[in-house]
Amino acid sequence: MMQWETVIGLEVHVQLATQSKIFSGASTAFGAEPNTQACAVDLGMPGVLPVLNENAVAMAVKFGLAIDAEIPETSLFERKNYFYPDLPKGYQTSQMAQPIVGPGNVEITLDDGSVRTIRIHHAHLEEDAGKSLHEDYHGMTGIDLNRAGTPLLEIVSEPDMRSAKEAVAYIKALHAIVTYLGISDGNMAEGSMRCDVNVSVRPKGQAAFGTRAEIKNVNSFRFVEKAIAFEVERQIELIEDGGKVLQETRLFDPERDETRGMRTKEEANDYRYFPCPDLLPVTLDSAYVDHQRARMPELPSEKRHRFENQLGLSAYDAGVLASSRAMAEYFEAVKETCDDAKQAANWVQGELSANLNRENLEIGDSPVTAEQLGGLIQRVMDDTISGKAAKQVFQALWDGEANSADAIIDARGLKQVTDTGAIEGMIDQVIADSPVQVAQYREADEAKRGKMIGYFVGQVMKASRGTANPQQVNSLLKQKLDDT
Amino acid sequence: MHDKTLTELADGLEAGEFSSRELCQAALERIEHLDGELNSFITVTSEQALANADAADAARKAGDAGPLAGLPLALKDIFCTQGVRTSCGSKMLDDFVSPYDATLVEKLRQAGAVNIGKTNMDEFAMGSSNENSFYGPVKNPWDLSAVPGGSSGGSAAAVAAGLVPAALGTDTGGSIRQPAAFCGITGLKPTYGRVSRYGMVAYASSLDQGGPLARTAADCALLLETIAGHDVRDSTSVARVVPNYTAELDTSLSGLKIGLPKEYFGDGLDPEVETAVREAIKVYESLGAKVCEVSLPHTHLAIPAYYVIAPAEASSNLSRYDGVRFGHRCDDPTDLEDLYKRTRAEGFGEEVKRRILIGTHTLSEGFFDAYYLKAQQVRRLIRQDFLDAFDEVDVLMGPTAPTPAFDLGAQKDPVSMYLQDIYTIAVNLAGIPGISVPAGFAGNRPVGLQVLAPHFAEAQLLGVAHQFQQATDWHLKRPAFGKETA
Repeated sequence: MMQWETVIGLEVHVQLATQSKIFSGASTAFGAEPNTQACAVDLGMPGVLPVLNENAVAMAVKFGLAIDAEIPETSLFERKNYFYPDLPKGYQTSQMAQPIVGPGNVEITLDDGSVRTIRIHHAHLEEDAGKSLHEDYHGMTGIDLNRAGTPLLEIVSEPDMRSAKEAVAYIKALHAIVTYLGISDGNMAEGSMRCDVNVSVRPKGQAAFGTRAEIKNVNSFRFVEKAIAFEVERQIELIEDGGKVLQETRLFDPERDETRGMRTKEEANDYRYFPCPDLLPVTLDSAYVDHQRARMPELPSEKRHRFENQLGLSAYDAGVLASSRAMAEYFEAVKETCDDAKQAANWVQGELSANLNRENLEIGDSPVTAEQLGGLIQRVMDDTISGKAAKQVFQALWDGEANSADAIIDARGLKQVTDTGAIEGMIDQVIADSPVQVAQYREADEAKRGKMIGYFVGQVMKASRGTANPQQVNSLLKQKLDDT
Repeated sequence: MHDKTLTELADGLEAGEFSSRELCQAALERIEHLDGELNSFITVTSEQALANADAADAARKAGDAGPLAGLPLALKDIFCTQGVRTSCGSKMLDDFVSPYDATLVEKLRQAGAVNIGKTNMDEFAMGSSNENSFYGPVKNPWDLSAVPGGSSGGSAAAVAAGLVPAALGTDTGGSIRQPAAFCGITGLKPTYGRVSRYGMVAYASSLDQGGPLARTAADCALLLETIAGHDVRDSTSVARVVPNYTAELDTSLSGLKIGLPKEYFGDGLDPEVETAVREAIKVYESLGAKVCEVSLPHTHLAIPAYYVIAPAEASSNLSRYDGVRFGHRCDDPTDLEDLYKRTRAEGFGEEVKRRILIGTHTLSEGFFDAYYLKAQQVRRLIRQDFLDAFDEVDVLMGPTAPTPAFDLGAQKDPVSMYLQDIYTIAVNLAGIPGISVPAGFAGNRPVGLQVLAPHFAEAQLLGVAHQFQQATDWHLKRPAFGKETA
């Protein structure tokens, strides 16, 4: 049986979070009525000219710095010429020969905690096209140009990934970088990150790459994984049956979890790239790059190291908590409130994550705020409530019963009883009610007693409806049972 | 009134000799009487013009008149004008009404100028005779059997026939200077980047430049002052102070060094044109200028390089005319490809299609290096030729075109038509400014003297042209056509 190796390279289009478009003043907000956010420039009216949005340049440079890439002093916009109804000018203004971001590196963390480096070939700026709407027009096509001219940063990797999992880890790493930098909202459902996946297979040990297929426009982590899985299987089967993989563009169909070849006619494009005569070359001197460097926020890898080294978290915890900006910010806010990094990490990764996963929510949508969770942890740490009661309180916060842990603790009477007299009363009652168990306990040796005391603790806790401090119960019980 | 220069008319308005309404009314009547024959206008905006004239008169009364207040002008139909058809001489844009004003149009309006209408032109500015217009050819007022030149042929003919005192045009390879020469008027192509291209329908973006056509260099100076300057909407416009060109017209020519490029006086130059140009240069010598021969060794490569670069840019610039959003759309397209093919086959004329095909070819995989990149290298050499020459001399002079205006229908072969621009085209490739001034006649047809200056030296260029017009009266000659009409 032949052993196969998968080779994956990705082109990820990241929609930049500028207020206005890359070459015009029209708004980039998502979801407006069709064609209400397209000005004369976006419509490609006769006589209009593009003016480069400086924020898009700054964002691209920040990305370059984040992946430790070379920022060339000069980059150039070119025209990629092709006809399509949602491409108003008949060309896309893009970059090819001289992109704004040169070669760099992105670190990815795999599930087993191992770290790999994926090389970035380059990243370039370009304008997005509009959208063709094929439904509801009675066999005709509707064109919405709101998206036309939205700035995109296309990040092109080297073919460095060897599995669907690595590809997903890579996209997640990019997602973390762009959201940390604040250069994209990273909203994949709204198309803020779209991937073209290049997949090929080769016999293990072979140096030369196999023929690749490009799967266009895959727009979720899950779809990337599925599309690759399907494509790898398809290619291996094809080759093993004596066929050949065609170099072609394919589309992923999420309904059927399969990829399909596009008509080859659309492949025969000669884009006739040439420098755009309406835009000057972009010149970035070292002072500009330094200026941007000074404004870089803390990046995922830096945060991970800080969590590990300064907050004393395990490498694993630090990695998980730093994996997304939203997660890291939530964790840091919890930690800020309760002042205990380890407790905060445990709760965020434990109870909170479990609930989020169960209800398929992002951390940004958590019904429990970081301040609420921090407040809850404080009450555990100052012994106001037991760990067990804390889980109840968390659930109540999740369900929106009240605004703070304290309010729920009060309402439900969960305050831990630490009054020795009260606990002693309950213990005396339990001892009086359990003569058989008491006799057995007293006859047992020290080793057996350790196990048997659990029964009494359980009874006392039950009597206190969980509010008695378990450690206190334990030690008082021992005194009373052992004394006589 | 139709014999007067823009400057004289401005003085007349200021002195209250006539109102802007009277002036514009007269221009509209003259167009009404004469343009049926000349065909220099595609659209005349009478109502708007009179309303704007009234507004200018009111502003003048209120002491609030701009530098061009109430002066009638015509715009080449390549400048986008809000609410007015902007056809670019093409069937493709026959029904296109621009939703916005070009920067140049906005500046003229702010200065108080009154737009009388949109002038005829070669389709998408591609041509040297104005015979490539969807709206039919324009005739030369000096000889109705001759072409007015192109592509700004309508603007040049309208000024020459006294329909308007001045007009705006564009020059990509000679399209202001050559028709100015053919029609016996003054036409200035500014430095690339001096005038905003925003709202000027693009032909070849790295070469296109808007500029004035008028009776005199002084009038061109007045107009350039208004239209020049940096525009945030055009990244290729240059942020440089705009001089007061009018104030700098009266510079002495004593000691001025004039270079005569020997390549501009070679084979193919009409002997009568050469005689007129050499006479004009003698006038300069008599005014104290020094003349020497210089060489622009890569001149012979200018036309080949231009006909790679300009069509390449045009093929991309004209892709937007696809029948989807505006302009011509074929009837009942069966599918997308049919829509594209028939829309573009029907909407574009022959010369436009030819250049789109040339440009598409030269940008294609496998040809790009040999054509486009090579042409760009040649372009740098041509630019360097001029920079080297300007190390030796202040200005360059020569004929604007190798011949006087030719007969309508005389140039059947595209390449012989392209050769019309042999002295003008290199100037666009280099980006420097050039002006054509009337310098005599070959038979009954005018001859233009071309003067070239270094980048952004328009003040010097206009001064040199103005001094010539102080010493000669070629610019005062008027054609017989329309002489009897008021």
